[in-house]
Amino acid sequence: MAVKMLEIRELSASYGSIQALKGISLEVFKGEIVTLIGSNGAGKSTTLGSIIGIVPSCGGSIVFEGSDITKLKPSDITKLGIAASPEGREVFGGLSVQDNLKIGAYTRKDKREIADSFEEVYRLFPRLRERKKQAAGTLSGGEQQMLAIGRAMMSRPRLLLLDEPSMGLSPNLVDMVFELIVRIREGGTTILLIEQNANMALQIADRGYVLETGRVILSDSANRLQTNDMVRKAYLGSGKTG
Amino acid sequence: MILEQILNGVMLGMVYALIAVGYSLVFGILKLLNMAHGAIYAFGAHMAFLAVSMHFGLPAALIFSATVTGILSACMDSVILAPLRAKNAPNITCLISVMGVSYIIQNLMMILFGSTKKNFPKLFDFGNVTIFGVTLTSAQIAMFLIALLFLMMLTLVVNYTKAGLAMRAVRENTRAANLMGIDVRRIVTVTFFLSGVCAAVGGVLVSGYYQMVYSTMGTEAGLKGFSAAVLGGIGVLHGSVIGGIVIGVAEALAVTYLGGSFRSSTAYIVLFLVLLIRPSGIFGRHDVDKV
Repeated sequence: MAVKMLEIRELSASYGSIQALKGISLEVFKGEIVTLIGSNGAGKSTTLGSIIGIVPSCGGSIVFEGSDITKLKPSDITKLGIAASPEGREVFGGLSVQDNLKIGAYTRKDKREIADSFEEVYRLFPRLRERKKQAAGTLSGGEQQMLAIGRAMMSRPRLLLLDEPSMGLSPNLVDMVFELIVRIREGGTTILLIEQNANMALQIADRGYVLETGRVILSDSANRLQTNDMVRKAYLGSGKTG
Repeated sequence: MILEQILNGVMLGMVYALIAVGYSLVFGILKLLNMAHGAIYAFGAHMAFLAVSMHFGLPAALIFSATVTGILSACMDSVILAPLRAKNAPNITCLISVMGVSYIIQNLMMILFGSTKKNFPKLFDFGNVTIFGVTLTSAQIAMFLIALLFLMMLTLVVNYTKAGLAMRAVRENTRAANLMGIDVRRIVTVTFFLSGVCAAVGGVLVSGYYQMVYSTMGTEAGLKGFSAAVLGGIGVLHGSVIGGIVIGVAEALAVTYLGGSFRSSTAYIVLFLVLLIRPSGIFGRHDVDKV
């Protein structure tokens, strides 16, 4: 029986006079990988920002595991079990890898369990353990991406939001990051994945939503989206990523 | 004797360092020059003066002053700056606001305490101490040690506590810190509190050293602390400490070898020379360039 984890209803949000979301509805079930695809400016990152509470919404609702989180602060949303790895990674460049991860666990109080989470993240990303004393700003792009995901994992989220995890990475690293996303889901974390690389995203996702100028124009299983003519033309065309 | 002057400079420089650290704490997080820092420093000195005149001992007066001044500084942020930030006010708006606060505080002290210079008790007078043939007064040594103690405590807070980690995260990337569930507003409040404590302790120590307080005493000390912060690289805490000591030593040497009237200008000449060679300050980072 599928358990509904996240439900967004008619969500709208604007930046000043620009309406970035014009009534988006979507849902994520427990254990799924759901992907949002769409071109730049379609509203993917705004959706993520609204869920985590850093973009104020101006209509609609976001319900996570039965509680309305639409108006909550980011710190409260994190405590409820949602974490994000933002677009452009946004690691704390001047702080060590270890401190970055510690900040990921900022809303948690249980010292011993936090130590367990460190172990889990280091097991998932052995590179981070090797570089734990190093300043995050000196890591390579791929390593910074691992750190951003690892940092999000430190809050022990039940729902992990990933914004463009493949951005700026070489093809090898993209494959590796996507493998890791699958492993994280196998570990029991539900994932909402935002990607411009629709091809890769649909390969690992269960379902997908296609966004265009602030609206959901299509939603279906990932398999069917991959064979959908419109999607193939607009987002998967000749293997391009945009 | 040159060693004696250098040591004199180091003693006073440690207090400049403390004032400078107060600037750096706030600048590091908000990229804002807290122009009210000097007035807050004078407020701290007056709070200690008030406590002393009510027959508190000096240690109790210091703690009282640090607490009250820290709260004043945090309130300044909550009442004036936080609402401005909430409206995305440009940095220059915040700058003029804190300048305004600076005059309000100064005026308030004039009204409450009068504008004359008032006597302040000497810090811990145990007579003189001679080290390596250099004689230092116990007041100087006390001033140095107390400033050092507070700087060390601050370093511990910033580098080894959870609140300190959050402060460093906010300094690095406010957006991401918010995303991680850090209550950025509370961290800013804590930062202003600590900055106010630095100013107050500096104010009390300098007052004890010169044995007087007056309402406009913050102008010069504020400017000197600010120079020390810029010299070391504003926003970098250990830079502020080094900057404070450099300014203190430059001043002491100028007084001895050039005469008392060169006292303040020499500190600034050193500042210019250092900034010509390293425009971001000794330990400065190039990405720090907002007003």
